[in-house]
Amino acid sequence: MQQVNRLKPFFENLNFDRDDNRMVVNFGPQHPSAHGQLRLILELDGEQVKKAIPDIGYLHRGMEKMAENMIYNEFLPTTDRMDYIAATANNYGYALAVERLIGLEVPRRAKVIRTMLLELNRIISHLFWLATHALDVGAMTVFLYCFREREFAMDLMEDYCGARLTHSAVRIGGVPLDLPNGWLDKLSVYISQMHKNIADYEGLLDQNRIWKMRLEDVGVISKEDAISWGCSGIVLRGSGVQWDIRKEEPYELYDELEFDVPYSDRCDSYGRYKLYMEEMRQSVRILRQLIDMYQETEPQTMAHAPQYISAPKEQIMTQNYSLMQHFVLVTQGMRPPKGEVYVATESPKGELGFYINSEGDPYPYRLKVRAPSFWHTSILQELLVDHYIADVTAIIGNLNIVFGEIDR
Amino acid sequence: MMREYKDRKNAQKRAYYTDRFYVVPSIPKEDVNSDETFAKDYKELKKHFKFKEAYIQRGQLVLIIKPEDNKKILSFLKDELEYTFLSELSASDYLAQSGEFEIFYQLLSMSKRKRLRVKCRIKENSAIESVHTIFKSADWAEREMFDLVGVNVNNHYNLKRIIMPDDWEGHPLRKAYPLQGDEAAQWYEVDKIFGKEYRDIIGPEQRDPARVDKKDTKNFARIYHEVPYGAKPSEKRTNQDYQEEDGVFFIDEFKKSNSKVLNTRR
Repeated sequence: MQQVNRLKPFFENLNFDRDDNRMVVNFGPQHPSAHGQLRLILELDGEQVKKAIPDIGYLHRGMEKMAENMIYNEFLPTTDRMDYIAATANNYGYALAVERLIGLEVPRRAKVIRTMLLELNRIISHLFWLATHALDVGAMTVFLYCFREREFAMDLMEDYCGARLTHSAVRIGGVPLDLPNGWLDKLSVYISQMHKNIADYEGLLDQNRIWKMRLEDVGVISKEDAISWGCSGIVLRGSGVQWDIRKEEPYELYDELEFDVPYSDRCDSYGRYKLYMEEMRQSVRILRQLIDMYQETEPQTMAHAPQYISAPKEQIMTQNYSLMQHFVLVTQGMRPPKGEVYVATESPKGELGFYINSEGDPYPYRLKVRAPSFWHTSILQELLVDHYIADVTAIIGNLNIVFGEIDR
Repeated sequence: MMREYKDRKNAQKRAYYTDRFYVVPSIPKEDVNSDETFAKDYKELKKHFKFKEAYIQRGQLVLIIKPEDNKKILSFLKDELEYTFLSELSASDYLAQSGEFEIFYQLLSMSKRKRLRVKCRIKENSAIESVHTIFKSADWAEREMFDLVGVNVNNHYNLKRIIMPDDWEGHPLRKAYPLQGDEAAQWYEVDKIFGKEYRDIIGPEQRDPARVDKKDTKNFARIYHEVPYGAKPSEKRTNQDYQEEDGVFFIDEFKKSNSKVLNTRR
């Protein structure tokens, strides 16, 4: 390690002068195309990257440490701040892990609402990805269209839970609220327009010469590499591996829903782009089925488990014993059994896993978040080599990394 | 006056009240033979290796191994039993209880649709063998484990801190490390940029998120009563309508009274 002193703090202390023809470039941590606080140290030969060292940690907030000092319900809003593009996916992954830990089954209406929110979040996240990625590559129009659609989807989220970005819309044991009146009609209007919108984006990009030149055969990840580097989600499916946790290890209602999992053998950025578009279509398809499913459910939205979950508000206000239990659960927190679980869910970015090690205390003994973007960033050190410097931003954008969940 | 007792080995939050007669329940550990695939895999594994314990918990096989065997067992699992995907790898701190770290490897077999967890315990000052030659994903995961928990890893080609800065002191995810950071952490920026002698001048970091300093005029904290930098606070209500003194190029001046609020989206 280099000697740090007051005039040369160590983060500035990079040796840029070299004897050979190579040039060392510092990319980030503040760079509009870095999608957060990614710092890359690139060694260039002309315009070609010869060595890339990704450097992370600029957004580290110590969430795993915070989890060890919080009761289980308290930590849930913190999970919003990991993958802040699709907050519900994190809330859900965490809630599901705790539910598996305590062995809890949620009521069917809660399942329908959760699946709806998850798929709506998938659309929001994919739209955001397309918008920013297209902007990185130089297509401003797509950015504006996508953000318009994303805005409408976020309005729906706001109507449901009051928040646009950090939803906390899922609770351990179900969902706190039923859908408001007229929400399903708004949702069906939204999804009915979605097919046309996706066709619009594809019309702008699919055969676009610049888009194809920037994406085709850029960022090629072979099947073996994708598995070995721990890639998941679309990056894995874009490399020809048919693995979607929703399909293979179904949770919530995914075993009852009809949907296809697209995958591509192209292994490059363009193939992954096509997958994102197809996944949005599938999400629309799922949402349409869920609207019909919702009508057939009973109104209960929170599981009945007095040891772990507070009773509904009406009951707390009218029944003494429920109030006592609520008081204990809020002040002391629930005490899950001793043991450990690892629960993986398919977030829009990939496999989002929560490992919880419980010693029977109201605080988890150890909570580890397996954030998909962390593993997708680690692959950059191999992926960027021999690419041109213009492809660097295209690849970073294409991998859909979010720094909230990399640094946690 | 007495100094408050602080547990130096565990600085984490504790439950303030636990019933004296509360017995902690456990998640049941099922027999390996209760699952067909796991039973077959375990039989195969048992031919070559010894296990301290093996059970199924919440549908996932848990194997407890000796730390020396980790590389052999993981490569056997990958090459022979198709557990090709390392989803996660990390450690928990059991230093206060037994002076050990518990390391887990979370594996996935896509062909069998099964997940299993390999666990082992090592002493504080010993090291675990790196598995990044078997799974490339272990590269960063082991660095993170070394950085945050402080587990030493042998034969890792690039074992250095990944999330914390390289010159950080201590390992944040240890139980002995307080949530607010130890002394080195609390003064990290001040020490690095100005030097230790400036600690008194700059003062400790203000960590109360709900703190409102009513006398703070320098940071424009008094909403609707903002004053220029350093000026005395005033009770006069400030005008919120303007954007820039001479307006902004291309943009009409914003006036609250002229603006229209839409109830529905157009």
